[in-house]
Amino acid sequence: MTEATAVMDAPAGELGLAPELADAVVDTWAEDTEKAYVVAPDRILEVLTHLRDGQGYDFLSNLTCVDYEGYGGKLRAGIDARLEVVYNLYSTRRGGGSIALHVRVPEDDTVPSATSVYPGANLQEREVYDLFGVKFDGHPNLRRILLWDGFHGHPMRKDWHEAYYEEDAKPFRSRHPKGEYEFHEDKVPWAKNTTYPAGWDPDSWQEAVAYVPVSQAPQHENEPHLDTESIVVNLGPHHPSTHGVFRMLTRVEGETILALEPEMGYLHRNHEKIGERNTWLMNMPFTDRLDYLNSMSNNWAYALAVEKLADIEVPERAEYLRVIMAEFSRIVNHAWSIGFILNDLGALQTPALYAIEEREMILDLFEAVSGARMMCNYMRFGGVVRDLPEGWHEQAAYLANERLPRALDELDRLLTENEILMARGRGVGYLSVEDLISLSVSGPMIRAGGLAYDIRKAEPYGIYDRFDFDIPTLPNSDIYDRYYIRLLEARESVRILQQALRDIPEGEILGGRGGYTLRAPEGQVYGRLEAPKGELGFYLASDGKTQPWRYHVRSPSYINLNALGPMSVGYKVADAIVILGAIDIVLGEVDR
Amino acid sequence: MASLPPNFQQLKQDQLQPFLHDEISVPADLEGNVLITTVDKIYNWSRRSSMWPLLFGLACCAIEMIASAASRYDLSRFGMEVMRPSPRQSDLMIVSGTVTKKMVPAIVRIYNQMAEPRYVVSMGACATGGGPFKEGYNVVSGIDKYIPVDVYVPGCPPTPEALIYGLMKMHEKVDRQSVVSVPWYQKDSSQFVPVPRLGPDIFDPRQVELIKDTTLKAATGAAAANGAGTGGGAAAETRGPVELSAKAIARMEEAKRRWRAKQG
Repeated sequence: MTEATAVMDAPAGELGLAPELADAVVDTWAEDTEKAYVVAPDRILEVLTHLRDGQGYDFLSNLTCVDYEGYGGKLRAGIDARLEVVYNLYSTRRGGGSIALHVRVPEDDTVPSATSVYPGANLQEREVYDLFGVKFDGHPNLRRILLWDGFHGHPMRKDWHEAYYEEDAKPFRSRHPKGEYEFHEDKVPWAKNTTYPAGWDPDSWQEAVAYVPVSQAPQHENEPHLDTESIVVNLGPHHPSTHGVFRMLTRVEGETILALEPEMGYLHRNHEKIGERNTWLMNMPFTDRLDYLNSMSNNWAYALAVEKLADIEVPERAEYLRVIMAEFSRIVNHAWSIGFILNDLGALQTPALYAIEEREMILDLFEAVSGARMMCNYMRFGGVVRDLPEGWHEQAAYLANERLPRALDELDRLLTENEILMARGRGVGYLSVEDLISLSVSGPMIRAGGLAYDIRKAEPYGIYDRFDFDIPTLPNSDIYDRYYIRLLEARESVRILQQALRDIPEGEILGGRGGYTLRAPEGQVYGRLEAPKGELGFYLASDGKTQPWRYHVRSPSYINLNALGPMSVGYKVADAIVILGAIDIVLGEVDR
Repeated sequence: MASLPPNFQQLKQDQLQPFLHDEISVPADLEGNVLITTVDKIYNWSRRSSMWPLLFGLACCAIEMIASAASRYDLSRFGMEVMRPSPRQSDLMIVSGTVTKKMVPAIVRIYNQMAEPRYVVSMGACATGGGPFKEGYNVVSGIDKYIPVDVYVPGCPPTPEALIYGLMKMHEKVDRQSVVSVPWYQKDSSQFVPVPRLGPDIFDPRQVELIKDTTLKAATGAAAANGAGTGGGAAAETRGPVELSAKAIARMEEAKRRWRAKQG
């Protein structure tokens, strides 16, 4: 990276494209909100390569697609191409903001796959193919990912309607004008929300052939006379070790994994399709249900993106409340994740029960402030919805100053030096941090590989620049470090909490009108924050109406799964389960 | 035994007195050690006191299910902390979360693998009726469209207290059952549920004829109407005016009647 040193030393922030790439840019888009360069499809790989190697943008954070069929805004007047593939790139070494690239694609056209430059585009391109039908040339494994092979149509396209479709935008007109009550189910003859193409005959239907992961030929250099056979082992979707409804297709030889392919979509709940019909504010409770262990962080990420788009100010006290809630939820998440990594290692339930005990204490605080234990729905555009009830601050201060440090010390004492944990964790699931970055992995996973990349420091949002805290890193990038980094991060969260609870001022908690009738200006924005599991981002496009035109969630759990296959190959089946546990996925966020 | 009260034998006799039977004679050496009750009572008591749930989480509700098994709520008070990963060993399936079309074949298969007597608790709004995601293209609007449900627990997600209340209702239901009438001792009562299949959309094998009627009719209709484009708009092709069932008409009449009553 020597030739790029000059660029590396440049101040963080918008760098723009290098002049030699100027002729690849055919247009720019959304100058008022967040500028994007529109790149010619045949030049995109060249631009990506240059940005990665020459300008230090080594992290392909977000890759998604927007369908502009029927778009009413002014910005796209006179543009024919219906679909637009979006890339958001960041630099992990330099920090700072992103560069956004768009590629305009007519329907049924192909785009070169970015997987050769950024292998992390793998899952995201498959998702775009699945939901929008954009084909990527040169993708190694372009299959449907969230839906199943054989599904009819590409549901995120604007003209694709589901069986219970009523109207394009909420709130719907009354469903029972003058008592003429209508039920969804009555409109579909089979009383289910399913729909079939005309002329389809279920009798002659053949289900698609099940996919089997390919593998390299078994290696027998030392024992050439041994002739063994590899078999396919399927783990999930109903399996106690998969942290939900997730499926791993493995090809094993003996107990050694030769190839592993994640299969998901068993909890695909159509957040994005529903989100494009909801008003801006109506999406807030849906974000709770993405990563359902950390509803506060999800709320904040969405509020952050919308505030960036609509330029909304947040009062001082609300900023503090957001930090407090987000850090509490980070502790909840890390405690839970430590408990369940140990669960996967065979320390069945005991560490998890200790962790859940602390979680309950924090959930009490959430319940007191928001009314719900898990689905807090606490933040609004421009602040938070409720101020602290009486006694809350004292209880929170007790937790942050006394109870949680003690609990974390206890976990540390019980687990960190544990011989089994070290024997099972040391050196297992290794992947170099460079590989992890190129696979778009974020969060504790890369910090356990030695790279101090944390959005709270790299591109501070909220008021994180006011707190004194460190970004812990560990050098080994194995399961053990991924366990331990979470403990260290929880300690830093406690430090932030202590400062925030000490400094929180009195005052307003919600600026503006709380977004009830928000009309975001036309444009696009990508807002992100450091969620407990990694970079949680929301890509939003607005046509100036009361609904988002595009509502995309860049979820860390999903994209971190890029690394699952490469990390597991060569280890035993039992290790693969812990490797998955140490990625720390939540299926609500993986499948959305 | 030092902690027994001095009048222990007397207390025991007093408590047994109401249960002693005049007509059934008990040998003298067993006197005071035998309880007489009905088969139903002892059978139901033992079944509900160790009703093992399937270790099976779908979505957010599963987290609350885990929380209710953890120390604060402690499901083991009900003999239910033993979550079995194998459907063969479990009595109760807690459908804890959103059921998606891609997942429902697996759920039905697991349900079929459970041995009778088996029970299903639908936990949360999604499992009960689709919840906030009902309109989604990959979401099944209620697990009861495929398998029978015994108890519905509302909430999004239900708190552990709510789940425990639902499980206690489940126990009450078990208590009311009788071995002479429960379906699994009847002849030909196998409740095998046909496993839904993944087609262009999920379809229930029980509804193949119904679906075929509609899709083939739609095809001829579309051809007659000078074949519109085949892209995307699959839904429009197979929906449209549907003959309402008697049940649906009754439901609408009821809604109308209520509305009129409200208007005065």
